[in-house]
Formats: sequence, C-alpha cells, structure tokens
Amino acid sequence: MDRRIRVLIAKPGLDGHDRGAKVVARALRDAGMEVIYTGLRQTPEMIVSAAIQEDVDAIGLSILSGAHMHYFREVKRLLEEQGASDILLFGGGIIPDEDVPKLKALGVAAVFGPGTSTQEIVDFLKRAVPERWQAQGLA
Amino acid sequence: MRKKHDWLRETYQKSLEKMPERPVAHRTLSDIAPEPLYTPEDIGVLDPEYEEKRGYPGEYPYTRGVYGSMYRSKLWTMRMFAGFGTAEQTNERFKKLLKAGQTGLSVAFDLPTLMGYDSDHPLAKGEVGKCGVAVSSLADMEILFDGINLEEVTTSMTINSPANAIWAMYLAVAKKKGYDWKKLGGTIQNDILKEFIAQKEFIFPPEPSVKLVIDTFEWGPKNVPKWNFISVSGYHIREAGSTAVQELAWTLADGFAYVEAAIQRGLDVDEFAPRISFFFDVHNDFFEEIAKFRAARRIWAKEMRHRYGAKNPQSWMLRTHAQTAGVSLTAQQPLNNIARVAIQALAAVLGGTNSLHTDAYDEALALPTEESATIALRTQQIIAYETGVTHTIDPLAGSYYVEWLTDEMERQAMAIIEEIRRMGGVVRAIEEGYFLRELAEASYRYQQEVERKERIIVGVNAFTDEIPLKVPIQLVDPEVERVQAERLARVRRERDPKRVEEALAGLRRAAVEGQNTMPHFVECALAYCTLGEMMDVLREVYGTYQEPAYV
Repeated sequence: MDRRIRVLIAKPGLDGHDRGAKVVARALRDAGMEVIYTGLRQTPEMIVSAAIQEDVDAIGLSILSGAHMHYFREVKRLLEEQGASDILLFGGGIIPDEDVPKLKALGVAAVFGPGTSTQEIVDFLKRAVPERWQAQGLA
Repeated sequence: MRKKHDWLRETYQKSLEKMPERPVAHRTLSDIAPEPLYTPEDIGVLDPEYEEKRGYPGEYPYTRGVYGSMYRSKLWTMRMFAGFGTAEQTNERFKKLLKAGQTGLSVAFDLPTLMGYDSDHPLAKGEVGKCGVAVSSLADMEILFDGINLEEVTTSMTINSPANAIWAMYLAVAKKKGYDWKKLGGTIQNDILKEFIAQKEFIFPPEPSVKLVIDTFEWGPKNVPKWNFISVSGYHIREAGSTAVQELAWTLADGFAYVEAAIQRGLDVDEFAPRISFFFDVHNDFFEEIAKFRAARRIWAKEMRHRYGAKNPQSWMLRTHAQTAGVSLTAQQPLNNIARVAIQALAAVLGGTNSLHTDAYDEALALPTEESATIALRTQQIIAYETGVTHTIDPLAGSYYVEWLTDEMERQAMAIIEEIRRMGGVVRAIEEGYFLRELAEASYRYQQEVERKERIIVGVNAFTDEIPLKVPIQLVDPEVERVQAERLARVRRERDPKRVEEALAGLRRAAVEGQNTMPHFVECALAYCTLGEMMDVLREVYGTYQEPAYV
C-alpha cells in the first residue's frame, strides 16, 4: 500500500493535559502515518477546518475534562455540515463507560480509554481507513 | 559531632513546647516503645557524613524532616481535593469532608475558572463545573465558604494564572465576614512556571505571569502573614510524563526562579522565603519516592542558605504537600487502585510530607464519588493510626539503599538544575522548548516500555482477567451552566457599576505602570467584578500566550 494514512490529533476545549495526545501522535507517526497535531485549545470549528484543509482520513480527539459529549457532538455536526462526514472520528481520555455507546451512536468510530496500547490505535486506523478509501473508490 | 541527646534536649524539646506529643500510644503491638529518633549511635556504627548529609529533624539540612517532632506531635494534614458543579454542591461536600475528620480544605476549580473565563463565556460551554467548582465572582465564593469558619480551617486553592483574583475573592469573603486576615491560613498554588512546562493553564506570556506571582510575594507577608502564597508544584510535571528526577529538578529550579525574581524586585529573601511551599507527586516506585522527598529538602536548604544567602532557618525549610499519582491509576480493574494509593501514600509519609491528598480509586473514570473519596481519606487514617510508621521520625534513614538513592537523586537533580542555569534560567528554557522536548521523550519511552512489557502494570498489560464490576460514577448535572449564568446575570444587575468601573480602571493602571496588582484585585473582588472582567483587563495589557505545537 503506497498511500499513507493521514491523521489529525487535536485537543479541543480548555484542558491542557496533552500527554496522551502527544504519545498517540508520535506512535502513529512511528507506524508510518502522517500526523498533524493541532496544539492546545482548539475550537471544534478550528479542528474541522484544519481536517478538511489537510485532507485527513481521521480525526482523533483527546479529552480529559469531562466535556467529551459536547465536543464530539460539535465536531461531528460541523463535519456533516461541511460535507466531510466520511472523515473517521475517534477519541480517548477520561470517558466513563456509559458514555461510550452514546458517542458511538453519534458516529464516533472508536473510543480508547486510559491504558490502551498505542498498537491498538494503530491497528484500528490501519483497518478502518483503507475501508473508507475503498468505499470512496480511492484504493 | 552533634549527639542525639543534644538534639533531644534542644530541638526536640523546643518542638514539644510548641506542640506536645499526640496522646496516642507510641508503642508497637508488642509493647516496645520506640524512641522519637534513631541514629547511627543506636546501632553502634560510624557515619562520618551523618551531620552534613542527614542531620536531625528540625535542623539544617532538614533531610530527616522540617519539624523537630514531626508526626509524634502532629500528623500531616489530610487535605482532600474537592470541587464540582456549583458553589452550593461543593460547599455541601466540604462540610461532609470536615465532618468525616478531614483537617483542611482544598478547592478544585473548573476549567473556565482556571483559564480566567466566566461561566457564561462561549469558550466555557460544556466545561462549567466539570472538573471542579465554577467561581466567576465573589457571589460564588461567598456560597462556597458559607457556614465555614475561615479562621479555623486552612484552605488550599489550586489556581494558577488567575490566582491573584481568586485569592482576592477569598480574602474579600473573609473581610465581609469580619475575619482577621492575620489569622487566615492556607495556600494558593500560584505556580505559573509549571503551567508553561506541564499543565498548560497559562493565559499571559511568561514574564508578566511571573510578575503577577511576585506581586503576591511582596504583598502577602505584609497583609496575610500566615498564608502560603505559592505552592511550587512538581505534581503536574510528573503527571505530564516526567521522571521522578526531572520532577525534583524542575520543581526546585522553578522555586529558585521565583526566589531570584523576588530578590530582583528588591524583596528580602528572609521575608518571603518562609511562606514558599511545595507540592510533589508520589508515584509507584516506593523507595525512589521516599528518596525524592528527602533529597528535595536537602537541596532546597543548601541552596537557600548558601546560594541565596537566607539567614532565617524557616527560609531553608521545604514544606510540602503531596498527592498520590493520578496518572498511575488504571481504568481497568479500578479497585486495584485502592492498593496503589495506599502504597503511594505510605511512601509520602515515610518521605516526611507535611500534607497529603490520596486519590480515589475511580479517578481514571470520572470525578470521585462520596464513597470513593471517603475510602481515600480512610486510607490515610489507617496509615496514621494503625501501621505504627509514625512512632519514630524518618524511620528509613540509615537504610543503605535509601541513603544512597537520596544522594543519587540529589546528584542527578543538581546536574539538571545546573544545566537549566546554563541555558539562562527556567523562562529561557521554556522559550526554547526544552521542557516540551524532554517530556515528550520521557513519556514516549515509558509508554514503549509498557507496550513491550518491560514494565508491568497489573490489570493493564498483565493479569487482565477482569471480574465485571460496576463502578458508580459521579456525573455533573448539566444544570450547572444555567444556574451559573443566572447568578452571573444577577451579580451584574445588582452591583454598583461605578465602583466596578473604578476598580477595573485601578487594576489596569497598576498593570500598565508595573505597580503591585494585589490591592486592586481585592478592590475588584469587593466590587463584584467578575473573574472574566479582571482577566480581560490583563489580557489587554499583557497579551496572551500560545505555545508551539510540538510532538
């Protein structure tokens, strides 16, 4: 496969705890993906516009502050509004188990809690992104 | 060579005059009565470096504890961090914690407050009351401390960039209730340097941020003499992925940076240094953590005395709060966290901490519930009252390993401190991205070790058979946002607009002219200016800070 997976990793909202986001970004890069890390305090608008501009396959949101429902909902809404709802949305952080099904119902493809191995995230993207390419007739 | 009986007669006795021994049995379960302290004399060995490196509790270099009688007289303060939702909800939790035997309050604020936004600001959406209590004006602060005697409790507030404003609100509550500022005890975290290094809750660029901190150094001792106006924090550095040695080195480097900035302003080191306090993480590596606390006290004492010329012994004492490592808690098999927290708390106590927060077992999932927070407090009480580790001071002193490790951590930390000094100090190192790079390396290396199973985490990468368990989760009521917005609207409606305008103008003038901002913050708080209004004035004067997105 010569096409490289492009992923945007973002920290939405006010929370500055970026250790997880950075470790994941680096692991994806080490696995041969192209990673854009947007830095801290991004609004959903900034995240979606960067994702479209950078033509990414997937967006990963890292949220530890408890505001995950709000941010995932907003990012999903803006993706749909801008005709980019096929960009995979995944995430992680401090997210209670009972919120995971709610996030999946919103269309979040995967939620990775604390203690997830970075390999698991790599495997997920290597499986899900090519499926998306096929669906688009790109692969 | 100073002898133990001299220390007993002088320092220990003096300490008991201030605070007698606790009226509990300082005897083992076999009825052996340990002495307050053991030294090489007690086992008939020679330790030629004893005085220089270890010394006695309550005496320079304080390796064995800052107070003469330590836990024989007074246990560490059991101070549980709490805050969620509205001021009313947190006030209720505070009262329960005090009733459960807690000895000090500790306030967690929500993210909008930490970032200096009012609860009704667009950027606050979805975050209000989530990981702490929302405080946007004096009205919230009055409710938060309603029915609590501020002269009797000590209050610690975890607030950094807006620390001056939040502290001013607390002092305004005290003033309105008729309490004497001279009798108030507590701590504001107010450590902005570690925000640039690790936690990232900064608003203004480093230089004006440090200026605001030094305003409290200058104003605090004269007005609220018993208040710790800074808690130099390693906790967040460690949680962001540093090693224990980096945490030790960078925290002390931050402390020295504040001392230098205050001396540069012309303040007398012995006037402000006694009110500097610290805050360390306590992680899983048991002996490394104990050594870290002992090395921290020794480095601080030596440097304060010899490099910064402090003459008052209180300026040499590193007094510290500790908190068990949130980052070490697992979402998998969460009940295992009770064991982790107990072991970490024991390390903090054997390291001689002065104050401790123990994490609740469900913190990798959500905010603690009342039950999980109580178990965490009980964990401290079990260590304090049942294990006997408080019978004698610094019981691990003289362990070949602990003493060697204390020396080794001091050596490695000093090498890093010197390296930062060569770079031109902490602010220069921040601007050059030094800390970001080092943290990214250390946390990535750790993650790789875990994934290669060179480091085992029980329940995560080994022993993963899970018994299904439903952990009750504390969720924040979405009503908080509405309640806060209504209260803010009422505050803005009912206050005296002229007084608000004048107070904000005074704050702006002080910021522009480089005067001390604290008196103006107090006036703003009393006038019911909102947190956002105060911070906006400073945002205009100082500008804001964006860090480079480095991976």
